Amino acid sequence: MKANITEYLRVNLDTEQWECRSCNNELAPARGNYKRGLLVYDRDPREIHKPLVDPKLYDYTFSPDPAYTALLEYYCPHCGTMIETEYTVPGHPPVHDIELDIDDLKKKVHAWGDIPDTPEIPDTPIERHVHNH
Amino acid sequence: MTMNNTEVHTLSDEEQGLIDQFLIDNQLFYGPDPDIMRNHGLAPRSDAEESILSSDLDLQKVNMVRGRLTAALDETHTMVEQMGVAPGAKWGDLVTAIFTANGDMAQTGTFGIVVFASVCQYPVKFIKKYWVDEDTVGVRDGDAFIHNDSRYGNIHNTDQSLMMPVFWEGQLVCWVSSTIHEGENGAIEPGGMPSIAETKYDEGLKMSPFKIVENFKLRRDIVTFLQNSVRDPKLQLADMKVKLHSILRLRERVLAVIEEFGVDYLQGTLRKSLEDTETEVRRRIEEMPNGISRVNTFIDGDLREDVLAKMPMEIRVKDSRMIWNLKGTSPEFTNRSINVVMGSLKTCLLTSLILYVWPDLPKNQAVFSAVEVEMDENSLVNASDEAPNAMSLLPIFRCFSMPPMTMGKLNYCMPNRYTAINANTYSQPATLVYGGLTQHGEVTGNFCADINGNGTGGRENKDGEHSLSPVFGYMADTGEMELAEEELPYIRLVAQKLAKDRVGFGKFRGGMGYEQIATVKNSTEFGFMTGQCGSKHPSAYGLFGGYACPAYPMARIKNINIFETFKNNPEQFDFDMITLMNERKITDGDYYVQDAGMNFELCNEGEIYMICQGSGGGYGDVLDRDPKLVAKDLEEELISPDLAEDIYKVICDPNKFIVDEAATEQARKAERKARIQRGIPYDEFVAQWVTPEPAEDLPYMGSWGDDHSTLIVSPPGEKRYSIPAGSAGVMFSNPKDRRIAELEAELAALKNIT
Ligand SMILES: [Zn+2]
Repeated sequence: MKANITEYLRVNLDTEQWECRSCNNELAPARGNYKRGLLVYDRDPREIHKPLVDPKLYDYTFSPDPAYTALLEYYCPHCGTMIETEYTVPGHPPVHDIELDIDDLKKKVHAWGDIPDTPEIPDTPIERHVHNH
Repeated sequence: MTMNNTEVHTLSDEEQGLIDQFLIDNQLFYGPDPDIMRNHGLAPRSDAEESILSSDLDLQKVNMVRGRLTAALDETHTMVEQMGVAPGAKWGDLVTAIFTANGDMAQTGTFGIVVFASVCQYPVKFIKKYWVDEDTVGVRDGDAFIHNDSRYGNIHNTDQSLMMPVFWEGQLVCWVSSTIHEGENGAIEPGGMPSIAETKYDEGLKMSPFKIVENFKLRRDIVTFLQNSVRDPKLQLADMKVKLHSILRLRERVLAVIEEFGVDYLQGTLRKSLEDTETEVRRRIEEMPNGISRVNTFIDGDLREDVLAKMPMEIRVKDSRMIWNLKGTSPEFTNRSINVVMGSLKTCLLTSLILYVWPDLPKNQAVFSAVEVEMDENSLVNASDEAPNAMSLLPIFRCFSMPPMTMGKLNYCMPNRYTAINANTYSQPATLVYGGLTQHGEVTGNFCADINGNGTGGRENKDGEHSLSPVFGYMADTGEMELAEEELPYIRLVAQKLAKDRVGFGKFRGGMGYEQIATVKNSTEFGFMTGQCGSKHPSAYGLFGGYACPAYPMARIKNINIFETFKNNPEQFDFDMITLMNERKITDGDYYVQDAGMNFELCNEGEIYMICQGSGGGYGDVLDRDPKLVAKDLEEELISPDLAEDIYKVICDPNKFIVDEAATEQARKAERKARIQRGIPYDEFVAQWVTPEPAEDLPYMGSWGDDHSTLIVSPPGEKRYSIPAGSAGVMFSNPKDRRIAELEAELAALKNIT
């Protein structure tokens, strides 16, 4: 039994391991933090969000300020997929963002039966304000 | 009985009753009532509801009543939108709603802003509790009550509501309301959202719920008092009339429903909608896997100075219970304007469920009644009554973007999804707030429609939408600029031009925001304010490997007259904020790029002010973005060729937009390999990277890490300290005093040198 937990993470409920959905390799024990099975890179946020106005002319450039923003990139150690990003403050302990009750998940997945790899997602029709004046 | 050697007299029920009644009769001040403001649950069934719901209601009829009420709410919504004078009314920042006799918000129309309606339950409950039996006030057929103070339940004091009881055969059977984001309210800065408010007394009109309509007519003496208290007396009068006529129409429709179906069907339908919604929400909670999901977010400014205020969210699901925990949030800023009242904040959390997680649910208060909420006292999200909250939008907008992220991480595994999992929609009130004297010689203050053009987040199955709607309501729009320009002395030189390269990258990118360049003509007394953060730390995060939006500053060119430039040197102007600021071709101008929280200042004729509406966060790994979609982004000029190559590793002919698939494949393979080489195993990384506290000079506020029992407090210019969570707010010194002290120190140092 398996459960897809994010775009790139899956829990194998038989082996109780986090797995990478891109390369199918095991990452870490499912009862723990998946991040422990990943690689982390402390990316200078200015490399992704490049300055658009000249940093020589201005303090504010559309780039995040690296004193206020750390950008942690989490990679699968096997295939290099970027499984998650985390925008935080330099030195702040990374967030343990997903903590699953594996025993409950086993029960739920069993009850759900086969989970399609790409579930059907309803596109709820929304009525928007119509501009009519 | 005795206690500590003191004889304690036990009161008889009669004596206790007398004391209770005495205390009720002699209350000094009917302030915001914590029993009302801290309860987001449904009121218990009234006797009438109990008896109606224990009888057999015909569900066909219930459905017809609900449909009739929806039609009435849509009709009255249109009335307000067509007649409303407030700019916000013209773009859909309004709602009409129906409440049960107990005051629970039971139904809004299709296009109504749910937060406005939901937050109105508090003043309705206040009126019911305090004014019904108060013989100097009373609640009678034909009365209506006005209200705007957030402490009695409102998003911010710039919104005004009119609430009316509906009577049938002498019994109060339900309430109807109409709410508009009015704008101007007589605050210290024009426009209704004063960023410099240091106390609640700087916030302008502070209306506790009071009676302003008797016998279906506005009381002109009180109306005059309100007009006299704001910068736009015409607006104040006109929109009170608009709201009154919308609720009169709503009342008429409700009475027609009663005549046709009977009063039991009206009250039964309202209550049943609420109870059915709550039951369905509980079912959905039970369906979710048990677990915990967390996100940390950071607000990087308080509109007066740079601070870094933590606002985390944890969702815990255990069987039929779901707890939303915001502990660890920064302490309240007792003399800054960005605090939020807990009751208001909860209605935003409610709305985020409707907008981003379970959009198929009915829009009523019961969507959130099953959710438990935990917050620290005296925190940014649960501020004391003394703390100003005029710019509560900064934490509030986050309440719309955090839940989809945390809920998404628990919902992704489920076979039955109610909507696509999405990255953050841009979460700043990005707009020019304005005020001053118009070209028609009238004083005014309000805000511009561009606030309603947030880009939405990338989703698991497609890109976000550009500049779609405000984060608080997909149903609102961005109005007609030309109409505003007729009434106001501002002119939009660039309007709603998508902000190139400012995007949340991902497998599915965020929808982008637009640039606005504005100036003033034909007024010597008109100016602008902006009230956003996110200029140092991005405010809309990505999801599942997607990147956030960038940081967004604002820019100004002062001491120019762009109209002279147009006449004499038109080649100096460019319809692009980045080019204008980098090339500085307009001669003799003073060029500024600054954080996007600009306090009000006058704009001289022809000076220009530039802001950006933001992008949503990206979803998924950039290397998984279909190269053809990247080519399309290039073709649509959403991004520059260097970003296609640097970020997406897509090799593409920048003129023909044809992807070199082999080269792209190779570049992406190389990047994946490079990631594996530069990445550090998590445990090792944490051991070397995590610090016991934030960098010394960082103005950090809130918990550090997972321990939310202690909060770090680092007011600018003061020594950092810690407090037990919930124990106190923080007071800031005046930024100008700090600047003066800095300059004096510099001066003293210079004097010593010479
Ligand atoms: Zn992998």
